[in-house]
Amino acid sequence: MPLLAVNNLHTFFKTREGEVRAVDGVSFTIDRGTMLGIVGESGCGKSVTMLSIMGLIELPGRVVDGSAVFQGRDLLKLKGATLEDIRGHEIGMIFQDPMTSLNPTLTIGTQITETLRRHLGMSKQQARKRAIELLQEVHIPNASSRLDDYPHRYSGGMRQRVMIAIAISCNPKLLIADEPTTALDVTVQAGVLDLLHELRSEHEMAVIIITHDMGVVAETANDILVMYAGQVVEHASAYDLFDRPEHPYTEALLEALPQVEGEGIRDGRLRSIPGRPPDLIDPPKGCRFAPRCAYAGLDDCAVVQPELREIRPGHWVRSRHPASERVAQPVGVG
Amino acid sequence: MPTTTGEPLLVVKNLKKYFPIRKGILIDRTVDHVKAVDDVSFEVRAGETLGLVGESGSGKTTSGYCVLQLLKPTSGSVLFNGQELTKMRKAGLRQVRRDLQVVFQDPYASLNPRMTVGDIVSEPLLVHDIGDRRSRRRSAEQLLEVVGFNPDFINRYPHEFSGGQRQRIGIARALALNPSLIVCDEPVSALDVSIQAQILNLLKDLQAEFGLAYLFIAHDLAVVRTMSDRIAVMNRGKIVEEGPAEEVYSNPQDPYSQALLAAVPIPDPRRMRERRAERRKHQDVLAESI
Ligand SMILES: Nc1ncnc2c1ncn2[C@@H]1O[C@H](COP(=O)(O)OP(=O)(O)OP(=O)(O)O)[C@@H](O)[C@H]1O
Ligand SMILES: Nc1ncnc2c1ncn2[C@@H]1O[C@H](COP(=O)(O)OP(=O)(O)OP(=O)(O)O)[C@@H](O)[C@H]1O
Ligand SMILES: [Mg+2]
Ligand SMILES: [Mg+2]
Repeated sequence: MPLLAVNNLHTFFKTREGEVRAVDGVSFTIDRGTMLGIVGESGCGKSVTMLSIMGLIELPGRVVDGSAVFQGRDLLKLKGATLEDIRGHEIGMIFQDPMTSLNPTLTIGTQITETLRRHLGMSKQQARKRAIELLQEVHIPNASSRLDDYPHRYSGGMRQRVMIAIAISCNPKLLIADEPTTALDVTVQAGVLDLLHELRSEHEMAVIIITHDMGVVAETANDILVMYAGQVVEHASAYDLFDRPEHPYTEALLEALPQVEGEGIRDGRLRSIPGRPPDLIDPPKGCRFAPRCAYAGLDDCAVVQPELREIRPGHWVRSRHPASERVAQPVGVG
Repeated sequence: MPTTTGEPLLVVKNLKKYFPIRKGILIDRTVDHVKAVDDVSFEVRAGETLGLVGESGSGKTTSGYCVLQLLKPTSGSVLFNGQELTKMRKAGLRQVRRDLQVVFQDPYASLNPRMTVGDIVSEPLLVHDIGDRRSRRRSAEQLLEVVGFNPDFINRYPHEFSGGQRQRIGIARALALNPSLIVCDEPVSALDVSIQAQILNLLKDLQAEFGLAYLFIAHDLAVVRTMSDRIAVMNRGKIVEEGPAEEVYSNPQDPYSQALLAAVPIPDPRRMRERRAERRKHQDVLAESI
């Protein structure tokens, strides 16, 4: 049984212009101790997916359909205290929104011990001892003396390490990290990603890492979910996704990435995807990617939505023209 | 003035920019300095791209601003087309600006929201008193076409467009006076990958067509690699390594550039282990930047 099974999740926002179909039929599972990367461009619904699962969608947003079964319980049906207890205890979270990060008026120590005392009922002393261990675990130098510092004395990378320490403080079975390194320098990012990797194996903790960076998922995740316009368009093991991408969007995304290694980089052109992602208030009737897709046909693709189907064991794709089934050359691509 | 490829168009020598740190309640006094740019030298030849790469706060933007004379350098020399910019007065600089343009990171903040796209793009022509209303309008349409933008949108306002489209508007404006060098400061870092590729390709095409030179500033090492002939790596206000792009990336000499390159996430899961091991070798350098 998977640790978490999300099925047919739909989350919409009511706005003056109309209803935004931010998450529109998202399904996936994650097993114990594995790392799932959710990747996609800005606005494709990554954060809303995570917030929906955690019961953190606020009006004008609403989860209109779907389930998220975590260890046998549907999180979407839980209320108040029960959900509170799972959040931050069995499921640790790191949010993208900087407003929800560390409180500048409280010491680092207070912020870590608060969680320990609330969820695990530790005494002040126990919590303090554990907080020091946690800081050591995320490799903050001189942990015991840095515990009483305020956040402003910590660098950006150290603050993100503290966020991770808090998120894992109750030994969660699942950690969800939304863009945990996006604001960080690349050398600092590398440290944080390596830390997540290390913690996952040491604690047998499952991790969902949300990012827009294909490089970041490649360096961390076992499985990868590619989202486009509120939907999952491809889901596969990291190896299979990068070796044999199936969805035209995934293919294009990978070819659009500038490379740091190789030859002829300077003189080459990047593959670009014409147009831009669709409006989620009035998305295309058929395939969401059809207007930008080199393979889209006018008859089928523009009219009927393709289903997410398993094209080979463990490799799911939502396209009528996946790479391995293609015979014809794309329209307008040589 | 057409210069042939190979001649240095821009020569920056021993550039320094120190920002004072002031303290005091009634009377400010300078207690120390931030050495944002600390003795930096580089050259950009006509038609080529020099990539300036480095982490946040390393001094990239400050260097670019000093080249453009948007900031007055503390000391050092900036020779552009053989003219010393640091000693120039306003009127002289205005003439130089025709040849030396800039594209900023934030396509949202850098365009005046109350001006139409056409007015934004042709404003440099107005400022330099070039042509009349009608010819400027025609130029604006042409410029928009050059950057792959529908010229019919000339009467619309920036807020009606996406980030990538706004960045095209910014580029069209920079091209208006036919410059020989454009300083691009993080021109694609606010954009999604698929849109980023459109803009990078556009910049490459324009360079090939008009023989433009770029001082291309970015923190993304892959983006800089794809654009640059030569690359300078900055760290804490200094250039720690400079050379042909291939060499700097495949065989970095400076310990900081080595660590920086080892930290770049590579989109190839098969190399996860190897990359992690490589990073461990540079732990000492990396630990400093925790
Ligand atoms: N409160 C809201 N009201 C209306 N629309 C919203 C609201 N919150 C999110 N959306 C819309 O839902 C969609 C998905 O947003 P989401 O934040 O999940 O994107 P994301 O994939 O996390 O993007 P990013 O990479 O920029 O963080 C977007 O189109 C967004 O505009
Ligand atoms: N006006 C200013 N007053 C004081 N310090 C400044 C000023 N502008 C920049 N600095 C400092 O100078 C240093 C270099 O900043 P700069 O903006 O050039 O870095 P950068 O390499 O462009 O970084 P980023 O990648 O974040 O854009 C930083 O320490 C910055 O805080
Ligand atoms: Mg998000
Ligand atoms: Mg900058």
